[in-house]
Amino acid sequence: MSFLEVLYFLVPAAIFYAAPLIITAIGGVFSERSGVVNIGLEGLMVVGAFVGILFNLTFVQVFGAGTEWWALLAAMIAAALFSLLHAVATVSFRADQVVSGVAINLLAIALCLFLVKMIYGKGQTDFVQERFLRFDIPLVEKIPFIGPMFFQNVYGTSILAIVIAILAWVVLYYTPFGLRLRSVGEHPMAADTMGINVSRMRYIAVMISGGLAGIGGAIYSQSISLDFGHSTINGQGFMALAAMIFGKWHPLGAMGAALFFGFAQALSIVGGSLPIIKEVPSVFLLILPYVLTILALAGFIGKANAPKAIGTPYIKGKR
Amino acid sequence: MSNRLVNNLVPVISVILGLIVGAIVMLVSGYDPILGYAALWNGIFGDAYTVGETLRQITPYILAGLAVAFAFRTGLFNIGVEGQLIVGWFAAAYVGFAFDLPKVIHLPLAILAAAAAGALWGFIPGYLKARFKVHEVIVTIMMNYVALHTTNALIRTVSDGGDKTGVIQPTASLRSDFLENLTDFSRLHYGIIIALAMVLVVWIILEKTTRGFELKAVGLNHYASDYSGMNVNKNIILAMVISGALAGLGGAMEALGTFEYVSVKGGFTGIGFDGIAVALLGANTPLGVIFGATLFGSLKYGALNMPNQAGIPVEIVSIVIAIIIFFVASGYVIRLFLERFSKKKEAK
Repeated sequence: MSFLEVLYFLVPAAIFYAAPLIITAIGGVFSERSGVVNIGLEGLMVVGAFVGILFNLTFVQVFGAGTEWWALLAAMIAAALFSLLHAVATVSFRADQVVSGVAINLLAIALCLFLVKMIYGKGQTDFVQERFLRFDIPLVEKIPFIGPMFFQNVYGTSILAIVIAILAWVVLYYTPFGLRLRSVGEHPMAADTMGINVSRMRYIAVMISGGLAGIGGAIYSQSISLDFGHSTINGQGFMALAAMIFGKWHPLGAMGAALFFGFAQALSIVGGSLPIIKEVPSVFLLILPYVLTILALAGFIGKANAPKAIGTPYIKGKR
Repeated sequence: MSNRLVNNLVPVISVILGLIVGAIVMLVSGYDPILGYAALWNGIFGDAYTVGETLRQITPYILAGLAVAFAFRTGLFNIGVEGQLIVGWFAAAYVGFAFDLPKVIHLPLAILAAAAAGALWGFIPGYLKARFKVHEVIVTIMMNYVALHTTNALIRTVSDGGDKTGVIQPTASLRSDFLENLTDFSRLHYGIIIALAMVLVVWIILEKTTRGFELKAVGLNHYASDYSGMNVNKNIILAMVISGALAGLGGAMEALGTFEYVSVKGGFTGIGFDGIAVALLGANTPLGVIFGATLFGSLKYGALNMPNQAGIPVEIVSIVIAIIIFFVASGYVIRLFLERFSKKKEAK
């Protein structure tokens, strides 16, 4: 294989594996920018993955081709509702945000497996018939170099992920809503004084993160695993969390980090057929994203500043 | 109502609420909750064998819970217990099967290897926290995955591409004929004694030594500790090392007692994460951890009987545990409720 062929093969694969991570990480950005730590991303992805598969299997006769997109919608709604638990616990009940996130993760996987066993009578679901498929984008696919890399054999989900990232960036940095959301995460008391409803903003932010993580999970289950079982979302949510931190709590940064992690995942999965890479033991590629995150946090790759008020419940009148 | 009573009531109420929610979930999904909880009860206390197995299940939970609780008391949140437990499991199993030594040396060596591996896995986040002010929660989560993938690769290496190591030598085993006979040949092993001994050790460290006082002080207010001449960084690292060592011991229980080998894992064991629940329920005290571990260990093992006897998926118990954590974490609301309740009573 020539170097170019390797690139044409790897770049679309990297974006494909990165898509669920990008969307989930952006969800994390919303929640944490509002001051609520969301370790529950993993669990929310699990809910999304499960609901996506459930919807796809149940309604495939009704919607036919295209079921997978409707399933995304269903997964988004389900995970957003599920994230309400996290919002209630952390915002209204003043629970420790990390602990609540851990509980979300435990609850999500337990509840989904419980439902799988109840509905299907076995440990994992059947494989879905309708899945995300590749297509070529007409006209632009003919551009030399860029065409084969970005516009041939693309997944609709890859495009969706990038669109969401750009949209999130615009919303967070160029709209009043985004400014309010960030202010609530930096200095809730100041925001409160200016008439912003801190609790409501945080509820909305957590639910946005739930919805996006749900989409991420459903994309993963309907394009990569194609069924749902106990190990479907094995650490993808934590990887998204890592991408969010690596990307310094910025939507585009998170996208960049997620793309990089997707690249590492693609390498570890398809690397066996590539020269040089196949000499590297796969374990190094598997742990690469995690080790990089630790290094990034240790400040080797620039200091990451978390939102100031992160992790603390806002209690009116307390100084 | 006194503060102490309220503090003790919160976990109790949380457990009751968790079980009620579990019953509702069963009812809504068309199962009989009474049949379900009866099956759970039989799964825990049914006969000598199940009691032995339940105690066996409680053993690693005590150590995992202790690890989380110890870190909590020193102001650190160690989510990495899972990873520390996995590396401890591997280290103990490797020493157990690769060496040929008399029991008096072999068994302690295998246990120490597990503790050392866990301690190393705790040292890294501790060092990063002390040196670079990196938040330990994220680092320990990442270390969990590094532990999972690394041990899997190591297991494949030492077993020549297989997916589990050889069985450990009898000289490194914690199994006991006496305990097995006592409990109708369950896998109950001497690890339970080690776990209970560690509870005592942690209690002594935290409550009776200067070092423990320093560790707690740093957790409560590191500026004040620094001002009064304590070495904050050293204490942070030491706390993570001790916590990691306790988690590693939890892995040794699985390696030397329950399974006597280590196999490639597709995902986490879950013991480390349940350790968080154990510590929370036990209010982060050594004695409380015993109660938390007993409850969650029993629930986890007893649940295995639910599919057979009542046709209910085992996951129902994980749902109950997650709900309990939610309620314990949201203790503020329960406290509020209790205060209102007691005020009304006084008014009458």
